[in-house]
Amino acid sequence: MARVLMKGNEAIGEAAIRAGCLHFFGYPITPQSEVPEYLAKRLPELGGQYVQAESEVAASNMIYGSAGVGIRVLTTSSSPGISLMAEGISYIAACELPVVIVNIMRSGPGLGGILPAQSDYLQATKGMAHGDFHLIVLAPSSVQEAVDMVILAFELAEKYRNPTMVIGDGMIGQMMEPVEFPDQEIGPPLDPGDWALTGCKGREKRIVNSLYLDPEECNQQNIRLEKKWEKITKAEQRWEEYKCDKPYDLLICAFGMVSRICKTAIDSLSEEGYRIGLFRPMTVNPFPYDACAKLVKKSKRVLDVEMNMGQMIQDVRLAAEGSKPIEFFGKAGGVVPSPDEVIDEIRKVMKKAGIKKPKKKTSPKKKIGTAAKKKTSKKTAKKSAAKSSGSPKRSKIRRKR
Amino acid sequence: MAETEVLMAGFGGQGMLLSGKLLAYAAMKKGMEVSWLPSYGPEMRGGTANVTVCIAEKAVASPYITFPRALLVMNQPSLEKFAPKVKPGGLIVVNRSLVPIDADRPDCTVIYIPANEVAKEAGTARAANLVMLGVYVGWSDVVDEETTIKMIEKQFASKAKFIPANVAAFKKGYEEGVKARGDAK
Repeated sequence: MARVLMKGNEAIGEAAIRAGCLHFFGYPITPQSEVPEYLAKRLPELGGQYVQAESEVAASNMIYGSAGVGIRVLTTSSSPGISLMAEGISYIAACELPVVIVNIMRSGPGLGGILPAQSDYLQATKGMAHGDFHLIVLAPSSVQEAVDMVILAFELAEKYRNPTMVIGDGMIGQMMEPVEFPDQEIGPPLDPGDWALTGCKGREKRIVNSLYLDPEECNQQNIRLEKKWEKITKAEQRWEEYKCDKPYDLLICAFGMVSRICKTAIDSLSEEGYRIGLFRPMTVNPFPYDACAKLVKKSKRVLDVEMNMGQMIQDVRLAAEGSKPIEFFGKAGGVVPSPDEVIDEIRKVMKKAGIKKPKKKTSPKKKIGTAAKKKTSKKTAKKSAAKSSGSPKRSKIRRKR
Repeated sequence: MAETEVLMAGFGGQGMLLSGKLLAYAAMKKGMEVSWLPSYGPEMRGGTANVTVCIAEKAVASPYITFPRALLVMNQPSLEKFAPKVKPGGLIVVNRSLVPIDADRPDCTVIYIPANEVAKEAGTARAANLVMLGVYVGWSDVVDEETTIKMIEKQFASKAKFIPANVAAFKKGYEEGVKARGDAK
């Protein structure tokens, strides 16, 4: 299919349809309102159902009921709205129902603001709601990836019967980029398997329920969920390594949109001769701890960059196990860290760590805005110029086997 | 051209977001990678609005840019805010019909154009945004005239009667841009 230029939110809506999801329940909230807007128009045309619920609490129970009867279902919201859905999400996880939830994050806490943030990382990956359960959480960094990950989210949700969340910041929702969709216009319907409530005439009755008054029964339920999570952790880790195939001194860790801001900073400093790699988890839950640890090991220092006050850094620290100092740079409240600010921060961290660029001639400096500060190395060049911006971007997408 | 960034700014309703979209469409049509990132805030009609369009041969890294290579402005607050941020050697296009002040950037190419009057001559004063886009396309070599015109025709397909005036406005801007580029050489 040809590429089309599409707003992230609308692309997410279309991706759900391509995945075969024709049911949406939600409540409008900036900066994701274009998802319900798009689906409100499209779903009735396709014989699906669009319901604007009376609240997010209601919407989360509508997706609970919908998935319970074996219908593929989506809800989308933004930070404060997701908090309201938390109760329903816990019930859905308990009943092992396949739903997809998209959180286009805005700044918080409280009502916060409507501008982009990554402040719900810990909520999504660690503490979505009460009880022992895990969401599978995917973090796209582009509109195309948002599309791919929404489709993947439905696959994973159904494969493991586990609620799956896609987290993007407001920028991903609002920006337009070229995207390509799968050829299938509408995916096949959900297989109701041996769990969905489809009417028990002629078969044994099924129950979708999260209440276990017998403690041992509830204990077994928890053990079952945890075993499932172990399986997911083993099979579903995905991440990107950028410029990590050659020696590097500094490793940057970032997820989602911020990773792209960091790439611009890395490209600019690479042209000056600095050696910097990037680790980007694409599944932030399960977090690719081993992959992160391996990359951390090869670096002298680590800088974690986020659009919050430092949330993913907790996972990076867990991966590093104290082996390297981990520095942090972040902006919150809807302020987006610019490539230049990241460059300045990288310089600061390098200086503090005593990291100098290797002595060799580099291609001319590429300035990003403010005059680049003169760097210390004054040695004359010996080798011919390194390849400049024309060199291929060294990015690898990986998946744990 | 490896990559470039254009910031288009004005009041909400002046059509700069649309100009950006047309540029992005045209660049995409030429097989390039693009991103179109609007400012979205608690703003309403009449408030300021801007969009950053990044165009690259390979994947666009950061779509969020503080220092663009080109700036098109439709109002004074945007010129005051963004002119100091344009990269040295870059381009600034100012709508003289609405912005009485000058850009204090001797290190950049600055083009002043009475976009509203030019658009009015072309048939509709509301196409000032396309005059501005035309100047940029004429000055730069990012996309060509024909492709952009095709995108304008596509955009207005459901309101075909507006196509001639909008295309004419774009062309007038384009000529100015080409002329300015010639003068610079």
